Amino acid sequence: MAIKAKAREALSFTVIDAIAHKHNVQPGAVIPALQEIQDAYGYIPPVAIERIAENIGVPASEIYGIVTFYSQFRLEPVGENLIKVCHGTACHLSGAERIAQALVQATGAEEGETSQNGKFTVERVACLGCCSLAPCIMVNNEVHGRLTPEAVNKTVSQVHEAEKLTPTE
Amino acid sequence: MMSWERDKKNGNWVVKVGLASCGIAAGGKKVYDTLKASLNDHGLKNVELRRTGCMGMCYSEVLVEVFPPQGRRVFYRNVTPEQVQRIVEEHLIGGKPVSEWVMPADEIDNLLSKQRRIVLRNCGIIDPESIDDYLGAGGYKALEKVLHSMSPPEVIDEVTRSGLRGRGGAGFPTGVKWGFARKSPGSQKYVICNADEGDPGAFMDRSVLESDPHSVIEGMLIAGYAIGASEGYIYVRAEYPLAVKRLEIALAQARERGFIGEGILGSDFDFNISIRQGAGAFVCGEETALMMSIEGRRGMPNFRPPFPAESGLWGKPTNINNVETLANVSWIILNGANAFNAHGTEKSKGTKVFALAGKIARGGLIEVPMGISLKEIVFDIGGGTSKGLDFKAVQIGGPSGGVIPASLAETPVDYESITQTGAIMGSGGLIVMDESACMVDVAKFFLNFTQDESCGKCTFCRIGTLRMLEVLDRISKGEGKEEDIEHLEELAQGVKKASLCGLGQTAPNPVLTTLKYFRGEYEAHINEKRCPAKKCQALITYEIIPEKCPGCGLCAKYCPSDAISGEKKKPYLIDSEKCIRCGLCMSVCRLGAISVH
Repeated sequence: MAIKAKAREALSFTVIDAIAHKHNVQPGAVIPALQEIQDAYGYIPPVAIERIAENIGVPASEIYGIVTFYSQFRLEPVGENLIKVCHGTACHLSGAERIAQALVQATGAEEGETSQNGKFTVERVACLGCCSLAPCIMVNNEVHGRLTPEAVNKTVSQVHEAEKLTPTE
Repeated sequence: MMSWERDKKNGNWVVKVGLASCGIAAGGKKVYDTLKASLNDHGLKNVELRRTGCMGMCYSEVLVEVFPPQGRRVFYRNVTPEQVQRIVEEHLIGGKPVSEWVMPADEIDNLLSKQRRIVLRNCGIIDPESIDDYLGAGGYKALEKVLHSMSPPEVIDEVTRSGLRGRGGAGFPTGVKWGFARKSPGSQKYVICNADEGDPGAFMDRSVLESDPHSVIEGMLIAGYAIGASEGYIYVRAEYPLAVKRLEIALAQARERGFIGEGILGSDFDFNISIRQGAGAFVCGEETALMMSIEGRRGMPNFRPPFPAESGLWGKPTNINNVETLANVSWIILNGANAFNAHGTEKSKGTKVFALAGKIARGGLIEVPMGISLKEIVFDIGGGTSKGLDFKAVQIGGPSGGVIPASLAETPVDYESITQTGAIMGSGGLIVMDESACMVDVAKFFLNFTQDESCGKCTFCRIGTLRMLEVLDRISKGEGKEEDIEHLEELAQGVKKASLCGLGQTAPNPVLTTLKYFRGEYEAHINEKRCPAKKCQALITYEIIPEKCPGCGLCAKYCPSDAISGEKKKPYLIDSEKCIRCGLCMSVCRLGAISVH
């Protein structure tokens, strides 16, 4: 749920500046700073790239180059729940494509995209490192293993149910 | 003495739940919470419930280990929260194990008798979030020993004599590497722990960090003392949140107890460690790219020499070791080089940790002496294939490695023998494949990965792997041409020779080894437009076997392309025009009523 709460944080220069200041005393702190920004917003807002560049004193193009080099960084907002589908070797052999297909149906989000209702973003990842429990996915930082298409449906509906139980602010 | 040992001595029961990522993914937290609640409900004051890391038997997760005050310990496997009540009432209160859920003793023997645990010595035994447990297991004694009674050259000499080689894949002698970094002039030097475990199919480093983080930290401290460094970085994958969390806890504890900081243990040795999280680039496992990333730049490799030992992080002498290498260090210091090099072969000493996965009956984390055969790993430890199909091959070394066929299963696991097959030892991913694996598909899978992860710096890696992937894609679609195999081999040689870093130089290995050992499968795809393993989507069709289909409609419900139709209680039909061959129907059908041709 942490991701969801943070994703709602309003875009503000105060937050970005605070993160930049926390890091700019150290050399090479661009990546941790960007990671913190992504933690706060769920993605890297374009204005944050410029603001960070200003703060740290490098051209914005350099920051943009870093953001696009690393697969962790997203330039689009993320849905309320982030699901990472493992496509590692063991998962591939155990039918990761079928799991991915089932997930598209259950969430309404194509791989790499966010569902129209904004509930789910589904990402493809290289390996989650839970190979003995293949095939697996990660839902908001928690790994679910030994999946079948039916278990995928169940997992997704559990996320829906958990949301119903969470009081709205 | 570890806290759980103390509890046992005090006449208490000790119950441990494996809570590394695999255990948690299998539902370990729920089992732990249910146990806690149940112990509370029953008012059991003489049972100590403990958390531990990876016990290595991932196929049996959730694992619960029960130590009675007297007598033998018992492993419960595949435990669900629903089973907890009976375990508590019958075993912990009644004193009689619930035998049908207990892992048989001979299975444990088979698993463990050929293993030798050095790196994994504490994994699944101690609580990874307790420094007292680590200290109780002899932790930080090696650090104390080097700081109080060994000079840095003596430490380097000990590690060199042990024969320890880099466990990240390349196998460079660790002591020699340390020696280079020590000799490099400069007052500021760095130690980096490479925990950017990016190989798909490998999870050794994750498990060690989640189960015994202090052993890696202690290894870094000893390396720092040996080469004369005062600062260390752990570069860990962001995909491993639990490993990061446990490292943070461990670093804070070590700092508090004075193992990290200034004037460590009363000596004049200062050392600090910080964590850097990778941002999802496989190439950052390459040492020069990793350092670029720590410096806050795009992680693109640089030409060597100069090697990091001369000019590394921010141009300073730097020593980079991987997690498993570092976890060996304190054991070597405490037990001596000879105890370590008593294991293994002439050129490959000690043990190797493997992440055993794929179509294997008993997948998990194992540690074996070097020189053991692949066959012993797959059959004696792993229990053979998981679904009763014939063992076909192992994939070792990830995207840089290769496929070794069942016919070479006697190959001993050491750096040189594995290299001879065309694969590489790599970091320790070992994926077992049965007859259902298509080798063209496997080659395509790995090339797709390396193509995606190529940083783009050199042409041969950037474009060469893409051209290779295009050829493989064509073959898997049944559109291959006769000259394609030759073309692939030619491209592979070019990419190998002309790429700057290890990623490109080894990227063709999965293609070359599958071509070497499974050429017939490529030919079947090209000449007969047939996928012998029935895997390549363009070359297969799914059909419903009318006699077996009761008409439940489950397949139709799951079909993403509305290709399945029928009436309830009558056999359904698949429209092959609409079918996208995803295989979902086959996965959900419980009656085996769907066949593939």
